[in-house]
Amino acid sequence: MHNDTGQQAFDAIIEADEKVEPRDWMPDGYRSTLIRQIAQHAHSEVIGMQPEANWITRAPTLLRKSILTAKVQDEAGHGLYLYSAAETLGISRDELQELLHSGRQKYSSIFNYPTLSWADMGAIGWLVDGAAIMNQIMLQRTSYGPYARAMVKICKEESFHARQGYSIMMTLAQGTEEQKALAQDALDRWWWPSLMMFGPHDAESPHTEQSMAWKIKRVTNDELRQMYIDQTVPQAHYLGLTIPDDDLVFDEETGHWNIGPIDWDEFWATVKGNGRVSRERIAHKVKAWDEGAWVREAATAYAAKQRSRSESEKEAS
Amino acid sequence: MSYEVPLAPGEQPDNLDGEATSAHGWPLWEVFVRAKRGLSHTHVGSLHAPDAETAVQNARDGYTRRAEGVSVWVVRSVHIHASDDASSMFEPFEDKPYRHPTFYEIPDEVGQL
Ligand SMILES: [Fe+2]
Ligand SMILES: [Fe+2]
Repeated sequence: MHNDTGQQAFDAIIEADEKVEPRDWMPDGYRSTLIRQIAQHAHSEVIGMQPEANWITRAPTLLRKSILTAKVQDEAGHGLYLYSAAETLGISRDELQELLHSGRQKYSSIFNYPTLSWADMGAIGWLVDGAAIMNQIMLQRTSYGPYARAMVKICKEESFHARQGYSIMMTLAQGTEEQKALAQDALDRWWWPSLMMFGPHDAESPHTEQSMAWKIKRVTNDELRQMYIDQTVPQAHYLGLTIPDDDLVFDEETGHWNIGPIDWDEFWATVKGNGRVSRERIAHKVKAWDEGAWVREAATAYAAKQRSRSESEKEAS
Repeated sequence: MSYEVPLAPGEQPDNLDGEATSAHGWPLWEVFVRAKRGLSHTHVGSLHAPDAETAVQNARDGYTRRAEGVSVWVVRSVHIHASDDASSMFEPFEDKPYRHPTFYEIPDEVGQL
């Protein structure tokens, strides 16, 4: 669909750094890019509950259990805000869910890594939520209004996620030798996958340019990744832990931490090798949906009964 | 024109007023939260629910887990009617500058006015 006045108005909004709202004319590519991106973001929030929910019953203290439950509940909320934003673009909640269940839409592959120890709850909050926060802070300035507003709300909740994770890491790092080893092991396994969450290098990211032009993305993958590295390396040092990268060096001139090469082959191999985990994640999601059918049926029946009761009361009066 | 959400392929409109519903027949509700007493309710998002009571409860759980609000409104999305923002509807602001206080030049000696 082409529309000259619509295109002009759209370009003017982007140029002026204003927000595009649901009822505005927008290019088809802008709409479909956003639907895909917001949906994948929503799916990631929802699937991302699983690796952590996995440890709720095994949290070491009642307080840690309550904290982890609250965090997982927040992630469900994040999924809701994002599905709500996606729906303003004209796709239904059912369709989005079907796209996830059938595997036609993806979620972040970070959630296809297994959570092997309690220290992983620390590493996920600190590193994975930390990386997500970097990305989401940038997206608070994205050009699509409902997406930007969802990000503002999400960012307010995320800082608790990162801090509770770092607090777990601090406890372990200051604990026994065994606890410290658990913390180091979790950092060893989550460091590189966290860096890969920012996506391929700018040169290998063909869609970045268009997304930047539409101001959906405001900062490139490599720029965000560097900001994250600079923020996180000193935090690891504070814990007395070692970043698993022999090439890591501080560049006095630029003031940045330089990392060694990212092993993308290993990344893709891991993603493929974790096909089993991803099948489990989706199967678990579908099972939860199916097992909740009776709740939805009961709620629907209750609503229908209330409606007919209030109608017959009206007739009687 | 309503704040409409088009039907997904194969999706049936429910029989109440032709709005889009989810597969289990739950309509979409827009959620408004009053952050604190003295402020207006502000739109925060939407959710699907079978009735108003459940929509309010889910809005409370979904949108106010911390101290985000003291009151929640839910409105069926299909009941919201919106302006055509691309039209000339809001242009009179531009050509009636005399509606603004800055249009009038008052000497400083007059004082506060
Ligand atoms: Fe989240
Ligand atoms: Fe989070």
